Parts: sequence; C-alpha cells; structure tokens
Amino acid sequence: MAGDVSAPSPPTDERRLPRASWLVRLGWLALATYVVYAVSLLDITWERFYAGLGHGATFVARMVPPDFSRWELLLQDLAESVEIAVLASFFGILIALPIGLLAARNMMPLWVTWPARALIAVCRSFHPIIVAILFVKAVGFGALAGILALIVASIGFIAKLFAEAIEEISMKQVESVRASGAPFLNVITFGVLPQVFSRFIGFSSYQLDSNFRVSTVVGIVGGGGIGGTLFAAFQRFDYDFVCAILLSIIALIMVVEVFSARLRATFQ
Amino acid sequence: MNRVDPATRTESGPTRARSLVVRNLVKEYKAGQPVLRGVSLEIDGRGITAVIGPSGTGKSTLIRCINRLVEPTSGEILFHGQDLAHLRGHALRAARRRIGMVFQEFNLVERLTVIENLLCGRLGYVTPLKAWLRRFPERDVGRAFDLLEAVGLKGFATQRADALSGGQRQRVGIARAIMQEPDLLLADEPTSSLDPKTSVEIMELMVNLAGRENIPVIINIHQVALAKRFADRIVGMSGGRIVFDGPPSALTDDDLKTIYGGEAWLET
Repeated sequence: MAGDVSAPSPPTDERRLPRASWLVRLGWLALATYVVYAVSLLDITWERFYAGLGHGATFVARMVPPDFSRWELLLQDLAESVEIAVLASFFGILIALPIGLLAARNMMPLWVTWPARALIAVCRSFHPIIVAILFVKAVGFGALAGILALIVASIGFIAKLFAEAIEEISMKQVESVRASGAPFLNVITFGVLPQVFSRFIGFSSYQLDSNFRVSTVVGIVGGGGIGGTLFAAFQRFDYDFVCAILLSIIALIMVVEVFSARLRATFQ
Repeated sequence: MNRVDPATRTESGPTRARSLVVRNLVKEYKAGQPVLRGVSLEIDGRGITAVIGPSGTGKSTLIRCINRLVEPTSGEILFHGQDLAHLRGHALRAARRRIGMVFQEFNLVERLTVIENLLCGRLGYVTPLKAWLRRFPERDVGRAFDLLEAVGLKGFATQRADALSGGQRQRVGIARAIMQEPDLLLADEPTSSLDPKTSVEIMELMVNLAGRENIPVIINIHQVALAKRFADRIVGMSGGRIVFDGPPSALTDDDLKTIYGGEAWLET
C-alpha cells in the first residue's frame, strides 16, 4: 500500500533530497584555495609577529600616563567633531528623506525610482574618507569639507534604508487612505510615514552614531575635527597625547551610544 | 465637466445623485484572461445590494473597479454624471471622496490612533500641511467623536489601531468610511475575517449607519445567510458574469447551484 509507513516506496530520481550543486562546491573550493594563496603572498612569519608584539608593548608603555595638559585644544577639537557629526546628520537625513521616497518602487514609477537609485548608488560607492579628500580639494581644509563628506554618506545610507523600509510597508493601509480620495502627500503622511517612522528613527540614530565615529577621522585628510590633531600627535610621537585623544573619543562615542539608544527606545 | 458641490447637490434628491450604473465592465489582469466578462449593473441610489459568488469570480475586482483601486480594462461606471472609469488626477480623487470603502482585513493604519484613522476619511478635504499638523476642521473632529460613539467605541479615541480586536477594527473601518459622508458605500468581504457572532453585529452596524444617512451599499459577501438576512437585493456572480439579480426571497437553491456550481455543499 502506498501509505504504508513501515515500507516506504523505493527511492527514485524524483524522490531524492536536493544536494548542493557542483557549481556551489566548486565555488567553496576556489575560495579556500584563494585564501591559502593570499596568505602565502603576505610573507607572514613568526619572527615578524614576535617583533611586532615587542613594538606594540613599547608603544603602549609610552602611551601611559595619558597627557591631558592640552585639554583646551582637545575640547575645541572634540567640539568641532560634534559639530561635523550633528550638522552632517541633520542635513544628510533631511535630504535623504525625499530621495528615499522617490526611490521606493512601490510608491513611484520607474522613471522616478531609477535616477533616485542611481544617486543613492553614487553616494554609497565611496568611503566617506575618499569623499572627504575630494571635498578638501574642493572647499579647502576645515570642518566644512568633513560636513559635506558626511552629508553624502548619510544620504547614501538613510535614503537606501528608507526606500527599503517603504518598499516593505503594507500596501493595504496605503490603499485605504488612497480610497478616501486623499491627495498624494496626504497618502504619504497618513498611509506611509506611520508605518516607517520607528524604523526611520532607528537607522537615523545609527547614522548619527556612525557620523560621530567618522567625524573623528575625517580630520586625518584635512576635513576638520579631532582627527587632524590625532594624526599630528602620532607623527610627532606624542603617544601620551595620542592616548588622551583616544580616551576622549571613546568617552564621546559612549555618550552618543547611550543617547541614541534612548532615542530608539522612546520611539519604538 | 460639471463638479457638483455637496451643499447644492441635494436639490436633485439623494436618490438621483447616489445612483450608480455599471455598463459592460471588463477587467483583464492578464491580456486575454478576463476576470470580469462584461458586467452591467444598476444601483438606484438606495438600499443594500449584496454580491455573492465563488472565490475568484471577480466580486472584489468589480467593487475595486468602482473606486478605481483596480483599473478597468473597458466599460463604463457612471456616478454623479461622470464616467469613473475614465477619470484621472484631481477629478478621480474628488469622486473617491464620495465613495466610502470597508475592507476585508480592515486596512486601518496600524500605528495611528483610532481617531486619526477615522479622520483618514477626511483626508481628501484637508491640505497636506494641515493633515501633517493634524489640524482638521472642528466639524470633522466633532463628527469623528460622534461616529466613534455610534459604533460603540467611546473612549477608544487615543488607542492605537493595532491594539484593537478584529471586530473593533472593523467598527473603526466602518466609521472611517462613513466619515467621508459618502454617496456610496462599498464593502469588500467586511465580515470574512470575523467570527459568526461578530459578523452579524458588524453587518447590523453597517446597515443601520448607512440606512440612517441614506447611503446605498454594495457589499461582497461569502455568507449567503448574511446576504439574505441583510440585503434588499442580491446579485449572484459566476465566472465573471452576473447570473442572478433579484430580491433575497427570489433566491432559490437552483440559483445557488448556478452561482456556486455543484450541490453537495447545499445539503448541510
């Protein structure tokens, strides 16, 4: 009998479990081979590693105790980093919102989403440091270059996630608002935004986090903030001052982390 | 085209203004595979019309063509002296404002409060800025609270829609549709997601509210018993065509066989 559990019918070609294809297995093999090959290129030896540990120990020893004697410079630079991060987040998110909406394929026709998606792709294609180098060339040294670079990064990140969040909303809720004869902007404010608002707060606060981190390094390429001072201290072997700067950055990032966690919790 | 002002509209009498004529409506989602095969229907501006028929026979499509949530392929839908099938842009939105809709899955905006969901019914009349700021006219807000009471949800105004039970949600859905002060109420399987007792309560509520304001109702419904109990007229659809049209008393088992096919299901 066909339904007899104790004696199942013999396996046939149609009754086999799917297995990984040869192509997938070949892919894994190729990856493993490349990793081994790439490691062999690096000339990693135990002697080098051992010597590196020694250098590291000396470096760390010279970092303590941290030197906070130039605290005024430190605070001033930190303030500039905060300024870069906050302004870039504010304007970046503000610009990203309409772009993200235009890029959402469930709300907009193809001829609108395509250019919006291209713009987002361009914003995302370079690391903020590369963009910062470009802006330093364009507008000169200083915080403005850093702000502009981080605005570009924020647009790329927020617009992409915002578009994706909108594409995942329930169209039923949108449909009912549309059925009431609401004009497009009212459909957005009542049918779409309520559905994506908490997620939007979520990734905006992540972007704020990220902007704070990056605002501490854009200075290395001349984009303002504490990064420039950090880089100079490194080059002058002022490792105790380097330590002071690093500790301040850690403190700043932790404060921001707590703040953005609070923000997310409030709008859940 | 002559836009009719709601204030002066009553001169011609509600019956005339609220009638709907569907002529030879065809809808093909895929070319060559029509879901509606030339449906013609006249609703004379009063009473409850129930549309019954098997799943996939185009009941939902018919209703959604009327307020253009679905684009008809050909045919005419005459309402307020306009052909709804060919309206666009502002004229379409203006027509939708006078057509309320109740959905199978309620389609409330989950993260908005109950009262905001009711006010969604007025979104066709407020500017985007005022909608954003929740500055609805006092009259609308007052009516929203009155209707909330009328559907038995007094005190629920500031609850979020996702905190409500199915029956409560549909009450909000009905109140939202009535908020539009519609000249026609469409209901797409309004009780299919509800238990039998709640289904009857919801039907009673909808019929009473619509009757109070003389709004004609077209309702898609699966439960033949509910259709017979509440409707003044029953339209039976099968295979994208109307195969029965008459008062509930005229609906025989033979008619039901024609509509649904087979007869085994009738025996219980």
